Amino acid sequence: MARSDVLEPGTLPPGTGELRARVREFLAATPFTPRCDCWLTGADPAFSRRLGERGWLGMTLPERYGGHGRSPLERFAVIEELLAAGAPVGAHWIADRQIGPSLLNHGTEEQKHRFLPAIARGECFFAIGMSEPDSGSDLASVRTRAERDGDGWRLHGTKVWTSGAHLAHAILVLARSAPKDTDRHAGLSQFIVPLPAEGVAIRPILGLSGEHHFNEVVFDGAFVPDDLVLGRPGDGWRQVTAELAYERSGPERLLSTFLLVRLLHARADGPAARRALGALTARLWSLRQASLAVAGALAAGETPDVPAALVKDLGTRFESEVIEVVREHAGVEPDPASADPLARALAEAVVQAPGFTLRGGTNEILRGIVARGLGVR
Amino acid sequence: MEPLEETANTILAEDDPWPALEESGLALAGVPEEAGGSGGDLADAAVLLRAAGRHAAAVPLAETGWLAGRLLAESGLTVPSGPLTAASGDVRAVRDGDGWILDGTLRRVPWARSAHRLAVLTTTPAGGLVALVDPSRLQVEEGANVAGEPRDDVVLAGVRAEAAAPCPVDAAELRRRGALARAVQLTGAMRGALDLAVRYAGEREQFGRPIGRFQAVQQALAELAGEVTVADVAVRAAVRAPDDPVAVAAAKANASRAAGRVAAIAHQVHGAIGVTGEHVLGRVTARLWAWRDEYGNEAEWADTLGALAASASDPWALITGS
Repeated sequence: MARSDVLEPGTLPPGTGELRARVREFLAATPFTPRCDCWLTGADPAFSRRLGERGWLGMTLPERYGGHGRSPLERFAVIEELLAAGAPVGAHWIADRQIGPSLLNHGTEEQKHRFLPAIARGECFFAIGMSEPDSGSDLASVRTRAERDGDGWRLHGTKVWTSGAHLAHAILVLARSAPKDTDRHAGLSQFIVPLPAEGVAIRPILGLSGEHHFNEVVFDGAFVPDDLVLGRPGDGWRQVTAELAYERSGPERLLSTFLLVRLLHARADGPAARRALGALTARLWSLRQASLAVAGALAAGETPDVPAALVKDLGTRFESEVIEVVREHAGVEPDPASADPLARALAEAVVQAPGFTLRGGTNEILRGIVARGLGVR
Repeated sequence: MEPLEETANTILAEDDPWPALEESGLALAGVPEEAGGSGGDLADAAVLLRAAGRHAAAVPLAETGWLAGRLLAESGLTVPSGPLTAASGDVRAVRDGDGWILDGTLRRVPWARSAHRLAVLTTTPAGGLVALVDPSRLQVEEGANVAGEPRDDVVLAGVRAEAAAPCPVDAAELRRRGALARAVQLTGAMRGALDLAVRYAGEREQFGRPIGRFQAVQQALAELAGEVTVADVAVRAAVRAPDDPVAVAAAKANASRAAGRVAAIAHQVHGAIGVTGEHVLGRVTARLWAWRDEYGNEAEWADTLGALAASASDPWALITGS
């Protein structure tokens, strides 16, 4: 096999330890309720603004756009601290993780100045409109269409599973702007729609727990002026797939249930529980090295699509494994209303778990990417 | 490919690589030149171990340089030529004039019967001691691991050490070094299993097409590649931090855990051809099954990590190392 399949370990830049310590101090001094899967379920706009004040949003964006010119690996350290603590990072998550880099790469100067500083302050949250009722894994089949109208476009169609659309200040929509021809990846474009907007209806899709994180977003002729098209019309597929690189293999693909490990640690008093804790530690330590290695490769300008896909496959399955292991040793039943934080966290985790291996590309799709990388597909 | 890796893969793919390893000095990679080694660091030595694992080479490479060679060099002793091995165990060392007399038994010593010298790590009231003995003059009870590699019991009955010196390394550290060596070898063997499975899936045809065209097989191969890649990068990170007890324990536990899954998938992809005695896959997977249990399997290292975690105020700090 080719040498390029080997991942070299990633190294955090000097000074990261100090940065990490400051995040830990902040977390210790800031009241919040830790949650499992906090980057989806823990939306707290005030908390997001506090992170913005400290310079921990838009970290990698240039200073001229309100960012902080830090390396992606410094951001890695900050977000893994927030996730490991179960902090409420859901409100800004999508804007900080992928919209910022995407706007920086494809946006106009005007778009960058309009959105990036607000994203870095924690005052502009984004949703991302990709999945549709009939388009999940087969994303290129989206049917939301953009029709030319004067100096802009009108959107028609329905997006689903849109996380945080009800809190977002804008949504980035993938739509078909030219009829499908032989190249099904051609003719797709990305549109920025500030919210709320005329012709956009946002309705809750309640999750298994009955909580409201997802939405259905219906576009009924909403108008998007030309200056809010992201990148070049027709380039949507290339832009979206590049965006997915930021979405895969980050610490959020390993740590969605780490809160359970922390809570088990606090009561792991027998040898069996300690062994379980040690086994989870070994696996997480190793997966984190892989995640860090992919982050290092991304920061070095490489495109580690295949390693990113396989880290997400193994990482998200680990997130579910944590639940099963902790259940064995918890000595409590999952209970969403319990005063016991472990019983409550278990209840949160079990209902979120099915999503771990679905979102951002199902694990079957990811393994297909890996198989292609191996040359068997 | 880096030149060292290329050289290592060329030599270790040979039927009997040991003479070339000795002639080139690579048998003692990672051992300082002033002690008789060929220099280089642990990462260089790991390149060789990985290649040995990948080609399922039956050589005492980890034992000669990584374990015995470094131990002797750190104790100020000259590293003898020839294959070496190292062990610690229930052995008592008693002063006799200016030398030492050793009594006791060492269990499952790797390659004892074919080692030119055995480095015995023991303790005296004055501290750690490493003593060199010639195993051909000792009582050796032959044993083996699943891969047929010698794992012999050695009885030391009043044997006089050829050379001895105070040693800064204790038995726990020797075990940790052994675990890291086996972890590196495991990742090499896992990559060997992956290479074989991918190649076979592309060649073997059923229902009129290569079996690698079937999604079920593709998904299995992807899982195999995932385990190999994660284990490999974790072990590489541990090789960069060999004194970090968390890193070594985690990397070995994960590699040992992955080894079973990797062997199972590689065999499933190969079908019945892979379980015949002459097929190369079996040489690789037998080593996976052997090495995952040597110097501590995943459960033993999980216990170590669990104890470290339990005594830490925050398990997360253990993961990040700060």
